[in-house]
Amino acid sequence: MRIPILKLGNYLLVSIQVELDDKTAVQFQQDLLNMIHKTGSMGVVIDLTSVQMIDSYIARVLGDVVKMSELLGCEVVFTGIQPAVSITLIDLGIGFRNIKTAMNLEQGLEKLKQSLEG
Amino acid sequence: MDNNPSIHVYNEWDIVVARQSGRDLAKSLGFGEVDQARITTAISELARNIYLYAKQGEIEVSPVYEGDKVGIKIISRDNGPGIKDVLKALEDGYSTSGGLGAGLPGVKRLMDEFAIESSEGKGTLITAVKWKLF
Repeated sequence: MRIPILKLGNYLLVSIQVELDDKTAVQFQQDLLNMIHKTGSMGVVIDLTSVQMIDSYIARVLGDVVKMSELLGCEVVFTGIQPAVSITLIDLGIGFRNIKTAMNLEQGLEKLKQSLEG
Repeated sequence: MDNNPSIHVYNEWDIVVARQSGRDLAKSLGFGEVDQARITTAISELARNIYLYAKQGEIEVSPVYEGDKVGIKIISRDNGPGIKDVLKALEDGYSTSGGLGAGLPGVKRLMDEFAIESSEGKGTLITAVKWKLF
């Protein structure tokens, strides 16, 4: 299973609409980094509105993809984290510290623009 | 009552199957969205532990009734290497797999009851229960 990555100007948009299994998550990591590299995108919004569960493994893969993207010179914002997901992440002891988030896609893009274009 | 077959955990995809069956049962028992996510996440952590450490084992998810309380019980069973130091495995930040170390202490926090039996070379049995709030 591959997660589609869309290009919008200088940014990339990803909406995760599937139940994330381990292989899909790792494949996504590679696909996103290749896409950033290929397009020279400055920022990525990863929308998690449809994601109903993030366990410690998926959280690590997502956290890593942020750090990896930053190494390439690209900023990442997560959007649409569900209340139930936020509660379980904190229960698990995963704070997603130093990670940018926004309520929805629109605010996520706005955040990237403010941060990157001033 | 207990007609929920156990799920054999053998590969990564079985982790998804196990947590989906847990979500379905939690939903049908009337758990709210947050508890559904907690139960699903706990199953995912336990199934992943089986896959990572024991290579194979099983997860059983079933309803429990106690007086007028309704809950969901997760049993995770494997014949893997077992846990050398159970107390340590329940400490935050302790992990031997390079994970976030959230595994077992995380499951304990997500659920209401948590019991573990494990000894080196003899596998691991974990039972965890979440009660439905009225």
